[in-house]
Amino acid sequence: MAKGVKPRVKVPKTAAAGDTITIKTLISHKMETGRRKSKGKLVPRMIINKFVAKFNGKEVFSTDMHPAISANPYFSFYTKVSESGTFEFSWTDDKGKTVKASRKITVK
Amino acid sequence: MNFTRRETLAISGAAAAATLLPYNLMASTPDLIAGITGGAEASGEGISLTAPEIAENGNTVPISVDAPGAVAITLLAAGNPTPGVAKFNFGPGSGSQNATTRIRLAGTQDVIAVAEMADGSFASAHQTVKVTIGGCGG
Repeated sequence: MAKGVKPRVKVPKTAAAGDTITIKTLISHKMETGRRKSKGKLVPRMIINKFVAKFNGKEVFSTDMHPAISANPYFSFYTKVSESGTFEFSWTDDKGKTVKASRKITVK
Repeated sequence: MNFTRRETLAISGAAAAATLLPYNLMASTPDLIAGITGGAEASGEGISLTAPEIAENGNTVPISVDAPGAVAITLLAAGNPTPGVAKFNFGPGSGSQNATTRIRLAGTQDVIAVAEMADGSFASAHQTVKVTIGGCGG
């Protein structure tokens, strides 16, 4: 993946059991659509096409992306937590490279 | 693949006709919805799509969809060069079937959301977004 690809994730550190929490994710990426021209030549398509969020190994949310997702893809979604654990996030680009991030949450 | 002269003419003719059409005629909203549902009827209930009425910059248009009980929501932009935008899949651990993202829109057009419910039925919603500056690199 291109240089400077940096994921940012916002997950609450603690939650009460059964709470629905909001997770916000942002990753810096140009998301080249393959339609933009630079010096008369088309810039080849290069996007992140898959985003997966897992909690303790189980998928809670995933997205298949097409070029119509803006640069620096941002997602916010909700999940219900009943136990402490780890959220794992992964972004995969057109070349198959993956960027990962993880966050721990304590459920009281 | 080999094309005969007649086929080649037909293909180029169709391509020329497609480029001449204005954006919003290139893919019709009901056709796109049918493409996702496989022809099944999509009800208008149980899904809400939040999009701005006017987006100044087509490069980042905030979109939010909410469909309680959905297993997947597909977002489409009828007037984009490729109508597919994104598909959200909700696992069993998702708290509410609601997602927000930012999308690119080439011009003024319909944004469509089609939700696939857990029982296999479909629901759809669409909204027209006016775009002042398109977001597909000209």
